[in-house]
Amino acid sequence: MTTQKTQKKAKGLSLNTRNTLVGMTFILPNFIGFLTFTLVPVVFSFILSFMKWDGFNEMQFVAFNNFAKIFKDPNFRNSLVLTLEYTVFTVLFSMAAALSLAILLNNKLRFVNFFRSAIFFPYVASIVAVGCVWKAMFMKNGGVVNALLGVFLPDSALPGWLADVDWALPAVIIVSVWKNMGYFMIIYLAALQDIPYSLYEAAEIDGATKWQQFRRITFPMLTPSHFFVLMMLIINSFKVFDLIFMLTEGGPGTATQLLSMYIYNKSFISWDYGVASAAAMILFLIVGGITLIQFRVEKKFNDFM
Amino acid sequence: MIEKKQNPVVRALLYVLLIVLTMITLLPLVWMLSASLKLDSEVFTIPIKWIPETFHWDNYLRVWQKIPFGLFTFNSAKLTVIITIIQVFTCSFAAYGFTKCHFRGRDTLFLCYVATIAIPWQIYMLPQYSMMQKFGLVDTHLGYIMLQAFAAFGVFLLRQFYQSIPNELLEAARIDGLSEYGIYGRIVLPLSKPALTTLTIFTFVTVWNDFMGPMIYFNSESNKTIPLGIRMFLGQYSTSYELIMAASVLSLIPIFLLYVPCQRFFVQGIATSGLKG
Repeated sequence: MTTQKTQKKAKGLSLNTRNTLVGMTFILPNFIGFLTFTLVPVVFSFILSFMKWDGFNEMQFVAFNNFAKIFKDPNFRNSLVLTLEYTVFTVLFSMAAALSLAILLNNKLRFVNFFRSAIFFPYVASIVAVGCVWKAMFMKNGGVVNALLGVFLPDSALPGWLADVDWALPAVIIVSVWKNMGYFMIIYLAALQDIPYSLYEAAEIDGATKWQQFRRITFPMLTPSHFFVLMMLIINSFKVFDLIFMLTEGGPGTATQLLSMYIYNKSFISWDYGVASAAAMILFLIVGGITLIQFRVEKKFNDFM
Repeated sequence: MIEKKQNPVVRALLYVLLIVLTMITLLPLVWMLSASLKLDSEVFTIPIKWIPETFHWDNYLRVWQKIPFGLFTFNSAKLTVIITIIQVFTCSFAAYGFTKCHFRGRDTLFLCYVATIAIPWQIYMLPQYSMMQKFGLVDTHLGYIMLQAFAAFGVFLLRQFYQSIPNELLEAARIDGLSEYGIYGRIVLPLSKPALTTLTIFTFVTVWNDFMGPMIYFNSESNKTIPLGIRMFLGQYSTSYELIMAASVLSLIPIFLLYVPCQRFFVQGIATSGLKG
């Protein structure tokens, strides 16, 4: 650093120490809070997963017992399977919806900004408020969803949605896609605007149809965005909580008890801290693994471009 | 795709499609508004009456009488403002340290920050809770402020922006004898207004809408926020959907008012925090 010479001679302190001190004063106010309220609990959570604790009595070291316990627990396995189901469908539908909307809204149209804002709005709306609305809309009798479906289907074929063991998860997935598609649409829109127009011109000259242009230019050019959106959606799906808590609280029965709901129940309902932390560690391993892959691949994209 | 010569039929179809899609997306919000102005007996009638026969504006008054909605609004506003201020200041300070100051261990430290962004809260909410219990901070506003005010996301977002500020500019200021704090206050801070606005808006929306944090931490009614208030309605007056909807509409108003003029900051925030990660 050439600037170090220009700085007034530090009185008694070496330049390095001085720089460190100055840097530290910038970082510390935030770092102390971050260390105490995030980093320490994260480490503590790791330790807890090897302990037996109810929050009041002495902690006991139980090695891998908590992990053995959760893998024997059918509820835990059920929650893993449900989380996977939820993730697969949410990811597929959200990506499809976000990409289609982005392509539609990348046209030069009047009111395009109005359309974009309208579709993005659910993302910023309070989960509690929209949760209440969807709960009402999914009522078996008198709910909007069934009222609309009733036009095409006989009454007997209308599902009970959130109150129905088989339809609760699909209902949650619908709300999730509705709420988050606007966010991913924005990401796709930003990327679409970066695709050079000359590519389409060249394709046009070569007589490529619109569909061919989409398949051969738009879709492959969006690869980094596909990847980013995919990873974000997977991570978000694994940690979904508010939405489920508002819509079903994990029910009916355990029909929508996803992993995060399982951890919540073990923590704040049955006060089994060790088991809850072990389940949290499993969640951590999954999400951490996905994040690592993302870092690796994204680095490759960056090196490549 | 920018179309040059677009067929008018295709164009018309495109508009129809977009209008239908937007209507479907906004349907829940329209239903919310319509239900909030109905009698409770009208909410679930079939066929759906989208426009109530008489507008029952008194629903909005009854919300304030049935639960201490004024207090909840005050709590929500208070927490949102305090947390946003602390967050924006400490994050911009830290982001400056992480981008423009040079010292050993800086990048390792920053890696810790980034790593925790990806860690779901469920993983450490329990140890965090028992720690807060030890500090006596459960069911206090102070405790919740501490939890929310130091989010790593803010540091990350601002750092992305600060990296685009040319170092030469800061060098020039250093040569002129400005201290690091002076550079931060007089050059970087004024330059980063758009990024600070983005962070302000994101923090505001997150805290205002937050449900899980207050739900776990606040037990006494005097501490509760709007989302918990709506949840209370759902528990106590589960049949009065018109009131639940009126409360929901009220809770969306500040977000809507912020959203309409500030959309471009949302878009900017998503684009910077997203793709250049």
